Amino acid sequence: MNMSAAPGRPKQARAPSGGSAVHEVTSVGATSQYRTLRDIALARSGDKGNRATLSVIALDPKDYPEMERLLSAERVQAHFAGVVQGPVQRYTLPDLAAVHFVMFDALGGGVTRSLALDAHGKTLSAAVLDLPL
Amino acid sequence: MNPYRIGSGAGYAGDRIDPALDLAERGELDALVFECLAERTIALAQLRRAHDPQAGYDPMLQARMRAVLPACVRNGVTIITNMGAANPMAAGQAVLDVARELGLPRLRVAVVTGDDVLPWMLANDVPLMDSPDTVRSLDGRLISANAYLGADALLPALQADVNVIITGRVADPSLFVAPLMAHFGWAADDWHHLGQGLLVGHLLECAAQVSGGYLADPGHVDVPDLHRVGFPLAEVCADGSAVITKLPGTGGRVDRLSCTAQLLYEVEDPAHYLQADVVGDFSKVRFTQLESDRVQAQGASGQARPEQLKATLGYRDGFIGEGQISYAGPGARARGELALSILRHRLQDAALSHGLAGLEHRAELIGVNAMHGPQLGADREPYEVRVRLAVRCATRAQAEAVGQEVEALYLNGPAGGGGVTQSVREVIAAASALVPRSAVHARCDILEWTQ
Repeated sequence: MNMSAAPGRPKQARAPSGGSAVHEVTSVGATSQYRTLRDIALARSGDKGNRATLSVIALDPKDYPEMERLLSAERVQAHFAGVVQGPVQRYTLPDLAAVHFVMFDALGGGVTRSLALDAHGKTLSAAVLDLPL
Repeated sequence: MNPYRIGSGAGYAGDRIDPALDLAERGELDALVFECLAERTIALAQLRRAHDPQAGYDPMLQARMRAVLPACVRNGVTIITNMGAANPMAAGQAVLDVARELGLPRLRVAVVTGDDVLPWMLANDVPLMDSPDTVRSLDGRLISANAYLGADALLPALQADVNVIITGRVADPSLFVAPLMAHFGWAADDWHHLGQGLLVGHLLECAAQVSGGYLADPGHVDVPDLHRVGFPLAEVCADGSAVITKLPGTGGRVDRLSCTAQLLYEVEDPAHYLQADVVGDFSKVRFTQLESDRVQAQGASGQARPEQLKATLGYRDGFIGEGQISYAGPGARARGELALSILRHRLQDAALSHGLAGLEHRAELIGVNAMHGPQLGADREPYEVRVRLAVRCATRAQAEAVGQEVEALYLNGPAGGGGVTQSVREVIAAASALVPRSAVHARCDILEWTQ
């Protein structure tokens, strides 16, 4: 694992919990210091051997083009540097307003033998939502 | 023709029972599917069977059957499950025993076997997938090898008028595809309909993950009443299109977001989803919200199924020893980092580390960098941190030394450490290989209980 020091980055202000519906996210985002992917998308990750799958889905389909522009394979690979050791393959699904990634050599040898606490890479999904728009 | 109603009663071995009972009672279902086998589950079950010839099936089988059998028998719901694991025949007998205990007048159980391909793997040194090695590299460590059977293996059982179908390893979505094939008469090479059936199976196989589970992010994506989230069901039409929904009055949500998140879950190329029955194409899938918690899923298709079946091999892969200790309050992170530094020094020194020197390990701070490493990890002072050391070991004795190293930080480490836990686990790892369909012989036996 790459043990280089973490660069300092501004943290997003936490949105108020509960109550607001999905289509109100823009106003939630507006209260933050800056907008992140979390303001317009949700994400889910899963495992396939030593590969992690990562899907990012626009909360409102109208935000899909912005999301697709932001989420190049290179950008996602750079974001996960130190976690994902291999290449990142991207699939765009405009009809579903989703961008899907397969990240190779991402799970410490695979779920069944990994030393990681989150051997499945389930928590990777949240990390991508921190990308600034 | 009325839609075929198929529900999902479990998305993994430990899933909740009450939502499945709700579906059995109120779902007006034709079939209720319990998918309970993860990658290495069969290898672990095989180890239990080696100790006890009557064991080796899912330990929650009886509890689930006690809960749902009365309602399923009363309402004519066929139960389909892979809870047979490494011993489907013993599982079938156990279900008959439950029927007798419950005083049910009659129960027919079909047991589907043939997934066990261990003898073939031992006789044929085929390549392992995603690895430069072959099966022979696992010599002496191999515990199990099970092919992912397709829906065709379940068809005889579905034509035998049974209450319960119990299998070992079957491709997860095939547990759903099989009853759709049987009901609608889809041919085994009707790739278009099988692709749509695969879509239904894939959406349902993880249970609540399509009906609002694993989705909530408060303030961004809100999901009501997760404490009583409803498990999903599909109303499938003869053309393969389906409505994904859940029972009224349950928690959760079924909408474009919940369905899309599950559609892509653990799929690699969405246009070529390799499964035992068909190579599915999900790239043109469309979800339409018909009304609240009712989503129409259509647009899947498929191409000819792969020529070979995938098999999962379970093998012994040493031990992982682990220890954890917490630090809290002012300076928690600095004290945690000092503890990690002490552990690293000892792991580098053969004279100090009880045979742990040079072993592959992770030393990290839960609350800072244990999930995503230093680049994405926290850059601020957390109130509390938890030191975690995990080491890959060849022997149990080595693995026990790992937790002892962490525990010794009580008297020998930074100030204020507390809450040490230690664990040792034998690693049962999973590998994959391909097996020709001609080497796999599915079989169906019918067991019956009558009062």
